[in-house]
Amino acid sequence: MTNTIADIEDADVILVTGSNTTENHPVLSTFVKRAKQFKNSRLIVVDPRRIKLTEFSDHWLRPNLGTDVAWINGLMHVIIAENLHDPEFIEARTTEFEALKAMVEKFTPDYVETITGIPAGRIIDAARMYARAQAGAILYCMGITQHTTGTDNVKSLANLAMLCGNLGISGGGVNPLRGQNNVQGACDMGGLPNVYTGYQKVTDEAARKKMEKAWAVKDLPGQVGLTVTEMVPMAHEGDIKAMYIIGENPLVSDPDLNHAEKSFANLEFLVVQDIFMTETAQLADVILPSACFAEKDGTFSNTERRVQRVRKALDAPEGAKGDWEITSEIARRMGYDMFYETSEEIFEEIARVTPSYAGITYDRIDSVGIHWPCPDTDHPGTPILHTAQFTHGKGVFHAIDYIPPAEQTDDEYPLYLTTGRVLYHYHTGTMTRRTEGLNERVPENFVEISAADADKYRIEDGGKAKIASRRGEIIAKVKVSEKAVAGSVFIPFHFAEAAANKLTSAALDPVSKIPEYKVCAVKLSKAA
Amino acid sequence: MDDQKIIINGNSFSFTAGETILDVARRNQIDIPTLCYLKGASPTGACRICVVEVKKARNLMPACSTPAENNMEVQTESPAVIESRRMSLQLMLASGNHNCAVRGSDGRNWTAFQLNVQDQDASDDLCPVWGDCKLQSLAYRYQVSGETFPATGNKYPMETVNPFIIRDFSRCILCGRCVQACNEIQVNNAISIGYRGADAKIIAAGDRPLKDSDCVFCGECVQACPVGALVEKDARYDWRPWADKKVRTTCSYCGVGCQLDLHIRDNRIIKVSGTEETPPNYGSLCVKGRFGFNFIHSEDRLTTPLIKENGKFREASWDEALDLTARRLSEIKDKNGPDSIGVLTSARITNEDNYAAMKFTRAVLKTNNIDHCARL
Ligand code: SF4
Ligand code: SF4
Ligand code: SF4
Ligand code: FES
Repeated sequence: MTNTIADIEDADVILVTGSNTTENHPVLSTFVKRAKQFKNSRLIVVDPRRIKLTEFSDHWLRPNLGTDVAWINGLMHVIIAENLHDPEFIEARTTEFEALKAMVEKFTPDYVETITGIPAGRIIDAARMYARAQAGAILYCMGITQHTTGTDNVKSLANLAMLCGNLGISGGGVNPLRGQNNVQGACDMGGLPNVYTGYQKVTDEAARKKMEKAWAVKDLPGQVGLTVTEMVPMAHEGDIKAMYIIGENPLVSDPDLNHAEKSFANLEFLVVQDIFMTETAQLADVILPSACFAEKDGTFSNTERRVQRVRKALDAPEGAKGDWEITSEIARRMGYDMFYETSEEIFEEIARVTPSYAGITYDRIDSVGIHWPCPDTDHPGTPILHTAQFTHGKGVFHAIDYIPPAEQTDDEYPLYLTTGRVLYHYHTGTMTRRTEGLNERVPENFVEISAADADKYRIEDGGKAKIASRRGEIIAKVKVSEKAVAGSVFIPFHFAEAAANKLTSAALDPVSKIPEYKVCAVKLSKAA
Repeated sequence: MDDQKIIINGNSFSFTAGETILDVARRNQIDIPTLCYLKGASPTGACRICVVEVKKARNLMPACSTPAENNMEVQTESPAVIESRRMSLQLMLASGNHNCAVRGSDGRNWTAFQLNVQDQDASDDLCPVWGDCKLQSLAYRYQVSGETFPATGNKYPMETVNPFIIRDFSRCILCGRCVQACNEIQVNNAISIGYRGADAKIIAAGDRPLKDSDCVFCGECVQACPVGALVEKDARYDWRPWADKKVRTTCSYCGVGCQLDLHIRDNRIIKVSGTEETPPNYGSLCVKGRFGFNFIHSEDRLTTPLIKENGKFREASWDEALDLTARRLSEIKDKNGPDSIGVLTSARITNEDNYAAMKFTRAVLKTNNIDHCARL
């Protein structure tokens, strides 16, 4: 996030899109709801489902799946046409405004209506509301990123915020909500194919030299590595021969699971390090049992870039070990002297090699976490990014045209499917499905459909339906729900035995390599 | 305007418009007890424990909802204040199954009372929150017991039908904190005060069980309840504040990173509570953070390395499993090159774990093929 969670309550207008906040980031949603109910903020929700937050919103825009660039361009069209943009901010802080202006020219409210299904009048209303805010905050999540156009969607939201001067101020910002607890940290720590810690590029010779020195090694590779969505097909082709998977269960979370399973099975050697026998672990050659968060010391970095302590409260079950200890043991056995006594020792090394973490110590975050960047030990941390300037000088407007989603409905597959999470479960369910109370609330997979579609396809609430896409089929319980809008259905992806990702498309965003989980075409029938 | 002054217990303090007497007192470390007051929510004035004497005012005033005024003179522990607080406490104590040391402190009819409570409670223990009850500590502080007034009966049966929360109306003092917590802090709007007067009860819409209401089991109400009327189901009669140690940590579910306290005994988590007054969550949690920890103690935890042989897993020692892993990775690296290996690190594990995995991939395997499933 460019801003903090608490900062949401300072926004005059909050625009939430592609985030079912009350279920996926419940405590963060309380800030949104309080701002709306008690602080006079206004709320715009843009989401294909009638999610809980729509009950609180001033405007709910319901776009067709995969049409985000179109409605965002539509808002910008109205804002520029009505002169509601912020010329001073644009002049002082950004470039390429003219290109943006030319691009959004054709996105008139009427044209946008034909693509998105959002009535033109509502686009105009929402554009005015957002643009007139002193401070307008944008919150988004996977509903924006999990598309073949995910990168475009994100850039479009940044365009919108810059256009109205809503960056670098309290109550503003473009705020991605991170799904898993330490996504931010995994990225910050260089758990990505192109960067070391703190986003120092592997292609940058100076960064490479610095790491070589810090780690006392030679010849660090300088070309960008593979993303997970590239590794899987390469495993299938036999170009990736071995994988070491730590604490992830891609066999439920990956798109197009049938293909992923064959790929992992094709590996010569697979090591899985986890706390449970997951679906992925079943395919492993070696399984290494690890400790869970309550059994170790360390830090997590939350979605607002706040680095916070994790503390050991329990002894791990006899026989399980901490993740970094296991990794270090493997490293030593491969002839590299990787040895740490404590997590704190590792954190000190992180601070030494990572400018944005340089000023953070366990002592300093003992009671309250610090937001990076924090360049030295006297620095208080940075709750709001881009206050004076953007990291790379001027903010660039990206002129982006609308591209339809990779997969379209047709006569055979007439419904759009979108996937996501529910409040009571988490990711692939390995933890929450082992907690009885949570399981009691939502014991099995379901497909959420509108009453109209239920009638049309003759399926009953509580009955079983077969859902098929061009890649596979699953059976799930039918839940007729007000949340669904006719023409699209929703399935959570927590349930291995009826995995939604057997249906989803592995088409990738060309830049971020994020699969298009949020749109694919399916058909529905009553299960025998 | 900055020379606005209020006099509390003879000392003068400045304040800003909009501050209540309680705000000014707390800011200056003057202790005014409260019960129903909930930080961050609008005051309801329900319990009258925070009353103070204001010169020239006809009645005692609740400090939590009375705005400070210029030259106001306030006494926080005058005889009239103390008498009023004692009376309020005695009425509350008489109103339900408050079977802690306080209730029986003068010995009269304790046995009969306790037996009756035990019967309703299906436990022969004292109140499930004794030792961590605001009513109990206030009763000690003001030296009152529950036997001054005749006990009022218990009208509503306990609700036990959801997996997380026990609602024990016999111990409810109708302070309304849970309602404020639900509606003004979490804004889940699931509960309210229903019925009038002596029949008052905290209800979910239509007086239905929580499980059939808008309740999302965040447990904010449980944490807000000052007495034993709302208690975590699994921890009830298990958790005891003096027996458990508390370890502060960060929630491991979503990216909000809520701060929470794990209450531990004998290497088990007994319950979880939100860390008060601390960002980012200021004490709030959701159902996963508060109630989603059983997996840690699951029988299914992996506790020994496993090696697959002929399609079947067999147990192995750490040395054997680590040696095999190191040997196979080295072989494949030597034969097919570093880029034939891929590492998936995790958005679930710590920064330190991620750093180690990252360093291992680049410095030891010598490939940049590392990613995690954040995109997924
Ligand atoms: S658990 Fe949460 S939603 Fe349910 S009644 Fe309590 S505060 Fe409200
Ligand atoms: S349940 Fe607890 S918090 Fe709610 S009114 Fe009763 S005593 Fe107060
Ligand atoms: S308690 Fe809930 S909202 Fe807070 S970090 Fe955990 S999962 Fe997220
Ligand atoms: S705390 Fe002020 S009336 Fe209850």
